[in-house]
Amino acid sequence: MTQSDTQTNTATGYEIVRREDYSDVTYMLEIRHPLMARAARPGQFVIVMSHPEGERIPLTLADFDAARGTITLVIQAVGKSTREMQQSCQVGTRLYAVAGPMGVPTHLGHAKQVVCVGGGLGVAPIYPQARGYHEAGARVTSILGFRNAPLVFWEDRFRAACDEVLLCTDDGSAGLHGFVSDGLRQVLAAHPDVDQVVAIGPVPMMKACAEVTRPLGIPTTVSLNPIMVDGTGMCGGCRVKIGETVKFACVDGPDFDAHQVDFDDLIVRLRRYRGEEHAAMERFSEHCRMHDMAAGL
Amino acid sequence: MAAKKRTIRTIPQERTPVREQDPAARIHNFDEVNCGYDAAEAKRESSRCLLCPEPLCVKGCPVGIDIPAFIARLGADDVHGAYDVLARSTLLPAVCGRVCPQENQCEGRCKGGEMLEPVAIGRLERFVGDRAIAEGWARRPYIEPTPFKVGIVGSGPSGMSCAADMARAGCEVTVFEAFHLPGGVLRYGIPDFRLPNAVIDAELDGLRRLGVRFECNTLVGRLFTIEQMIGEMGFSAVFIGTGAGYPTMLGIPGDSLNGVLSANELLTRCNLMGAREFPSRDTPMPLGKRVAVVGAGNTAMDALRVSRRLGAEQVTCLYRRSRAECPARAEEVHHAEQEGIVFQWLAAPLEVLGDAQGNVRGVRCQKMELGEPDASGRRRPVPVPGSEYEIEVDQVVYAIGTNANPIIGQTSGLALNKRGYIATDETGATSLAGVWAGGDIVTGAATVIEAMGAGRRAATAMKRWLGLAESQTEAAADTMFGLPRGVHNFVRLRVA
Ligand SMILES: Cc1cc2nc3c(=O)[nH]c(=O)nc-3n(C[C@H](O)[C@H](O)[C@H](O)COP(=O)(O)OP(=O)(O)OC[C@H]3O[C@@H](n4cnc5c(N)ncnc54)[C@H](O)[C@@H]3O)c2cc1C
Ligand SMILES: Cc1cc2nc3c(=O)[nH]c(=O)nc-3n(C[C@H](O)[C@H](O)[C@H](O)COP(=O)(O)OP(=O)(O)OC[C@H]3O[C@@H](n4cnc5c(N)ncnc54)[C@H](O)[C@@H]3O)c2cc1C
Ligand code: SF4
Ligand code: SF4
Ligand code: FES
Repeated sequence: MTQSDTQTNTATGYEIVRREDYSDVTYMLEIRHPLMARAARPGQFVIVMSHPEGERIPLTLADFDAARGTITLVIQAVGKSTREMQQSCQVGTRLYAVAGPMGVPTHLGHAKQVVCVGGGLGVAPIYPQARGYHEAGARVTSILGFRNAPLVFWEDRFRAACDEVLLCTDDGSAGLHGFVSDGLRQVLAAHPDVDQVVAIGPVPMMKACAEVTRPLGIPTTVSLNPIMVDGTGMCGGCRVKIGETVKFACVDGPDFDAHQVDFDDLIVRLRRYRGEEHAAMERFSEHCRMHDMAAGL
Repeated sequence: MAAKKRTIRTIPQERTPVREQDPAARIHNFDEVNCGYDAAEAKRESSRCLLCPEPLCVKGCPVGIDIPAFIARLGADDVHGAYDVLARSTLLPAVCGRVCPQENQCEGRCKGGEMLEPVAIGRLERFVGDRAIAEGWARRPYIEPTPFKVGIVGSGPSGMSCAADMARAGCEVTVFEAFHLPGGVLRYGIPDFRLPNAVIDAELDGLRRLGVRFECNTLVGRLFTIEQMIGEMGFSAVFIGTGAGYPTMLGIPGDSLNGVLSANELLTRCNLMGAREFPSRDTPMPLGKRVAVVGAGNTAMDALRVSRRLGAEQVTCLYRRSRAECPARAEEVHHAEQEGIVFQWLAAPLEVLGDAQGNVRGVRCQKMELGEPDASGRRRPVPVPGSEYEIEVDQVVYAIGTNANPIIGQTSGLALNKRGYIATDETGATSLAGVWAGGDIVTGAATVIEAMGAGRRAATAMKRWLGLAESQTEAAADTMFGLPRGVHNFVRLRVA
């Protein structure tokens, strides 16, 4: 490591070197951060602030490339911060803060037959795990779920990194017509020797996958996404119920044993700031409207 | 001045009052409550000090500030000189004057306090510290560079003070901080109305003038490890001051209801993220109309008073012991009472009650009474049978202490103690050669001045280890080494 590598760009921000848009709500940002590109491991995430007045939002490391010195985030625009970033984050602009890699890296054990299930928002975050298991010598099947064909992204990346890829769409416009949990049942029937399942996506989807594997006793991990502030174990905002114990997802996770997770508790807690989030979004939309009017659009 | 000996009878009997913001006004703002002394007030208060030849107050101060010496200079209108005395022992007089629990430390041992009110040492210290900031006295001393690189992990008071000492000794110092702004608890925990951000910024600027570099957004342990710092990154010595973090939940039914949060989360959102200005800032604020805060330490007082300022109509403190055992600074409890906070002493929560949507609707409590003293020497609270009752609230804030933050332990080979804190010897040396630790990550939650003291102790040991020996202190310098007074300097002696 050289001296300049330890400079973490506090003063200048973190440069966006590439951007791709996968749909009108999903976009990819590749960010220069050589030190993090080297340190990152599958299962970890970062906390991003796009500007000094911004919110600290957690985003999974969807890829990292030590040779290029970059990390990759795939973001779904769901509220004020992620939509604002969709507008402001262009190649050459800089993010105010990027901290990480946070969380305990995925434990890539000695599993031989692994299934990685990514639903919607979860497709990108599961990519490093799929690749990681494959590199560790496992046979990897990935199940990728999207609402419809135009939303599909990264199929090529998964095909390059896995032994088998099963695409599922809710409307049947590409691949299997059905949910990823249906796909999971199908894959488990074809491969009775599956010894590890990983599922990342919306909470109901992860819950459904956990219910598929529970009766079969297949070890299953999920990556939980509670609301976070610091990401360093200091605020307790990210606490989740795992069996009878309370864990902090940012430092004890975010990977947990799916069969121990209290998903209903997580669903309730994710709704916590709904009113405030709505207010922020309204204000932001209003601001955009005024801006468009001023620009004569 | 010194000609006539002061006695308890000749000094002004009453403690000089300090101007404060009116309670009715201040519950609507985050401006500082305590306005501080002006020069005349400071001078008057300084004349109350008996200048004891064997001052007990000094024994009460964790860093042993020469209190009568700085007060004597104040009395002689030499504020600059007073600052020099303070600067020998403390890096942050403007901070410690504000936040030290003086009644348990220096002022608690003051001789004058045996018969009268003790000398207002903290207020005097703050006066000097504020003057130094206003007039930019923290001048850049002459520093002879050394080839050593020192890494500091965490930018709280322990890290700041270790950084300052090592920079003054000529080392190239880099402070790594996980958050986007430095300052530790001073920044994210203690609210502006007790410790304005401007004071923290000024102290940090002082460090930058000493050549200290801050690298924020840097989660040490995960971005690089402690072992990497002393290995491939080439740091000659490392200090870890990552604080206690990891808030405790009560472990009672209802803990995970919406509306139950830790004081750290409330305070971080409000102070660090500016959530009180939501939605012009993006971070939302959990806002209750009727808030209960569990606990009665400094963190609890801050959570209570922040909730009040955010517009809660009813703010209640639940504490299972009595007022006498309450660990918060006396001034904070007093201010909280003035601000209309309701204190329910001897009340322990049994369960947080929720509605059908999973939101908090109340707390079921139990009355306690004080029994036999426990291990801490305080009388143990025991439940009064049949005394259960409910209070209606829509937000519950836990301020019941913290555990060790796990990140450094998870990512390094450092020896930890049974409770997960970093194990050190009395100088702060850890089980890894070249690595020191101090502050809350070693002792568990303590005080700003203790953390600062730990940072300085570690710096002293580090300097010795690097072969940099310090030229006694500045005061001794004019006689011992012939250096002009007021020049912070270190004469390096190679220790074989
Ligand atoms: C460990 C972790 C990893 C994540 N990785 C990614 C990722 O790779 N890509 C990505 O697009 N998003 C990811 N998220 C979710 C992302 O952080 C949130 O979508 C984002 O904070 C929303 O901010 P906002 O201001 O745009 O929306 P808000 O206005 O805050 O919220 C809008 C909507 O999103 C929901 N929401 C808010 N926070 C979260 C959350 N933490 N998880 C799920 N839903 C939430 C709200 O309930 C609301 O319905 C991750 C979250 C965590 C905790
Ligand atoms: C709300 C509140 C009020 C208080 N009031 C008072 C008071 O009135 N008087 C008093 O004397 N004491 C008070 N205290 C206690 C006092 O603030 C602490 O004892 C003191 O700040 C401890 O200092 P520290 O340097 O050990 O750590 P901290 O101040 O906790 O700073 C640690 C820093 O390290 C950073 N960090 C953590 N992990 C990492 C990592 N892996 N990599 C990089 N950085 C990291 C953190 O983000 C933080 O900035 C209060 C505490 C709280 C929480
Ligand atoms: S540092 Fe704190 S304890 Fe020491 S003299 Fe100052 S106020 Fe008192
Ligand atoms: S004990 Fe009190 S009176 Fe004596 S020197 Fe200290 S502050 Fe002054
Ligand atoms: S995000 Fe604050 S403790 Fe996990």
